[in-house]
Amino acid sequence: MEFNDFVKNFHEVFDETDIELLTPETRFKDLAEWSSLHALATMTMIENVYGKMMSIEEMKTMITVNDLYNFARS
Amino acid sequence: MKNSIMAFIKAISYYLPEKIVTNEDLVAEFPEWTVDKIAGKIGVSQRHLAGDNETAGDMSVKAAQKLFAENDIDRDTIDFVLLCTQSPDYFLPSTACIIQKKLGLPTSCGAFDFNLGCSGYEYGLAVAKGLIEGRIAHNILLLTAETYNKYLHPRDKGNKTIFGDGASATLVSTDGFAEIGEFSFGTDGSGAEGLIVKTGAARCKAKVNDEAFDENGNPHSSDHLFMDGKAIFDFTVQVVPPMIDDIMLKNGLVKDDINLYVFHQANKYMINFLRKLIMVDKEKFYVYLENVGNTVSSTIPIALFEACKEGRLHGNILLAGFGVGFSWGGCIIKVKDNNNIN
Repeated sequence: MEFNDFVKNFHEVFDETDIELLTPETRFKDLAEWSSLHALATMTMIENVYGKMMSIEEMKTMITVNDLYNFARS
Repeated sequence: MKNSIMAFIKAISYYLPEKIVTNEDLVAEFPEWTVDKIAGKIGVSQRHLAGDNETAGDMSVKAAQKLFAENDIDRDTIDFVLLCTQSPDYFLPSTACIIQKKLGLPTSCGAFDFNLGCSGYEYGLAVAKGLIEGRIAHNILLLTAETYNKYLHPRDKGNKTIFGDGASATLVSTDGFAEIGEFSFGTDGSGAEGLIVKTGAARCKAKVNDEAFDENGNPHSSDHLFMDGKAIFDFTVQVVPPMIDDIMLKNGLVKDDINLYVFHQANKYMINFLRKLIMVDKEKFYVYLENVGNTVSSTIPIALFEACKEGRLHGNILLAGFGVGFSWGGCIIKVKDNNNIN
């Protein structure tokens, strides 16, 4: 799995955020649009697309987009 | 052989209680939130709250009175009352029986409550259609009414943001502006605890006073409404897309045949996420939340009323409700040309 493919899927949970803002180092919870609903949508996307179930506790430990990517491909 | 009697939606009205809570009011109460964040994600700017002494039954009566007045309906023609509510006036009798008296409906009419939430309107349409096509009744007053705000913990900022109180009244009859098509339903009781008020009914009548707060200050209390956001989100994403396919299949339609999608107005973010999941354009997806919030079983009839006012109800309209239970249901309504909702 390529990072760029993951970012395309991750970008689907946003409505107003440019995909260019989603770099490996981006601290996604600091994005203006981010909310708890985005967290739920992200967990759902990772489970549906990558077959990896993420708990709320695990989501709390995720800081950067790269953290999500590594979780999805683990 | 096709049944010669068909069921139609003939008229819709709705009632919202007087008290309004704005996002500014909520931010004053919960200063850690911002007005823009609430409006942007949830899509709600204000919601109406039932008065302290105002019940789902009271609101239903007002919605029905509006329906009769706005559409010049002779109440003596009503031969069945269905009330969808999870906030009945009493454990017994059925609130629908009290409504029969308050509205001055004939004593020859049948009446009962049914306990469903966000999927309730579609279940009500299905029961009404069955009563009509079974030649059991001809003019059914389908009511939806909810006062979820009375179940909320005073510090439950998330749900206080989402839920508004309100009631709707629909006349289902042997003629009307929208033919009621075929349905798809589903139930998964394993999700019961995903949205629940645990105490007060027969399983646990007394309050248990087990209130606790998580690290974000959100209350968890068996004596109040609890919603597991993740469980609801997961279930919705799992069941809604296949239900949409099933509705189209049962109605012999394909995606291009659908003129407008009217989903239960859970919150703006979630229904928009569903819209993207089923790959429907924004122009074909109706959203009406901003001034009313999530009114549970009334969101779809309220949205239909407003969509009609905007001239957006034409052709095949796909309705889909989903939520507490877990329970889901949907159908097609076929709107006639030159429709007039009231």
